Amino acid sequence: MSDVADRVKKIVVEHLGVEEDKVTENASFIDDLGADSLDTVELVMAFEEEFGCEIPDDAAEKILTVKDAIDFIEKADS
Amino acid sequence: MRRVVVTGIGAVTPLASGAQNTWQKLLNSQSGIKSIDTFDVSDIPAKIAGLVPRGEGDGLFNAQDHVSIKDMKKMDDFIVYGVAAADQALEDSGWKPETDEDQEATGVLIGSGIGGLPKISESTELVNNGKTRRVSPFFIPSCLINLVSGQVSIKHGLKGPNHAVVTACSTGAHAVGDASRMIMLGDADVMVAGGAEAAVCRLGMAGFAAARALSTGYNDTPTEASRPWDEGRDGFVMGEGAGCVVLEEYEHAKARGAKIYAEVAGYGMSGDAYHITAPAEDGNGGFRSMRNAIRNAGLNPEDVDYVNAHGTSTPLGDEIELGAVKRLFGDHAQKMSMSSTKSATGHLLGAAGAIEAVFSILAIHEGVVPPTLNLRNPSEACTGIDLVPLEAKQRKVNVALSNSFGFGGTNASLVFKAV
Repeated sequence: MSDVADRVKKIVVEHLGVEEDKVTENASFIDDLGADSLDTVELVMAFEEEFGCEIPDDAAEKILTVKDAIDFIEKADS
Repeated sequence: MRRVVVTGIGAVTPLASGAQNTWQKLLNSQSGIKSIDTFDVSDIPAKIAGLVPRGEGDGLFNAQDHVSIKDMKKMDDFIVYGVAAADQALEDSGWKPETDEDQEATGVLIGSGIGGLPKISESTELVNNGKTRRVSPFFIPSCLINLVSGQVSIKHGLKGPNHAVVTACSTGAHAVGDASRMIMLGDADVMVAGGAEAAVCRLGMAGFAAARALSTGYNDTPTEASRPWDEGRDGFVMGEGAGCVVLEEYEHAKARGAKIYAEVAGYGMSGDAYHITAPAEDGNGGFRSMRNAIRNAGLNPEDVDYVNAHGTSTPLGDEIELGAVKRLFGDHAQKMSMSSTKSATGHLLGAAGAIEAVFSILAIHEGVVPPTLNLRNPSEACTGIDLVPLEAKQRKVNVALSNSFGFGGTNASLVFKAV
């Protein structure tokens, strides 16, 4: 697993207070991990902080799963 | 009118977490006031406060016993304290509404004087430093005063009236009084009512210090700083925490075999129409609020055994209240007891009236009146009344009156009666 994936999952575990093994790549923040719309806003802010990037609102709206987040950040990084 | 009784109590105070834990320390003449070591006070003249003792173990406050880590960031501390005190009061009452009908008959009315000042302060700093994108989506709901009531209702499924009071230092008393009226008028059968406050932060301390309201002469001896009616008093000491009661319609409580602490017998209110921070010099506002509460209870001043005073330890306020009490009670003042528990807890602002309601209820229930700490040299006006100096006193209390007066000239008095 990539370094980005590890860090994304760690943030999700901390911010949503969920078990680590539930945070699979295909897990949806809202449907599988119990987040509400405000939780997802905060999660995106945490990603921005951790990876020093800016995630515009229209891109943030498309980040629905753990994999979406990893893909966006890896793309932004490269 | 329907009768209202108290069937559950909860408190998170600078003395302890838990109403009974707090009460025992209060009766043992312990103080919850200490040096502030959680933030810089080097440039603030008042350097002490009544801080909730945190940790794990009996009597210590552990936020995670009440709020999950995930939810913690959605609440500033005043909400966490309020949720905790409500949890305690509901558990104590044994009332767990599960049917739609019971949930809809149970409401929440918990207020706060100030709300989420620490979070407002932190978030302002972000905005002023160009970090607007770092402002949490939970910032607003973590600060709003009615979110104590909101969070408590969500946690326990309470679907009746959901309300909040904001009347500075009268908040807790107004909340209990207003909630009791909602039950009397049939809006609810059960209400979780109280006040919560956590404004001990740099901004809060600086603000009250600027208003010249705080004690500054006892920074090296914090437990001696809150000394209502004592010659050496020099201002109030900030405190934090929350108090909650479960109020219930009398027949409803009886039918389920609930433990009944006392009856909410009377509630009185008044406005000073005088000054934004100072009480009217003749004590007329406090006088009328006490008189109205006693009249509302259908009692006479002679029926009152114990007064839990507003008594904040300010040079002006303490004697004005005392004067109003003497005027209202006349000769009977010599026969009753009056104390200020702020001497031990500090002034919990919007939560003060709620924890002091709890103390008044316990005075009735347990037949003991809590002490006024540090009252070693009573000022001249204090003759002819028992201010319960230094040590708690056993005495039968049939009727207790609790006073709360707030900035803006808002006054509330509650009368509790043995059932």
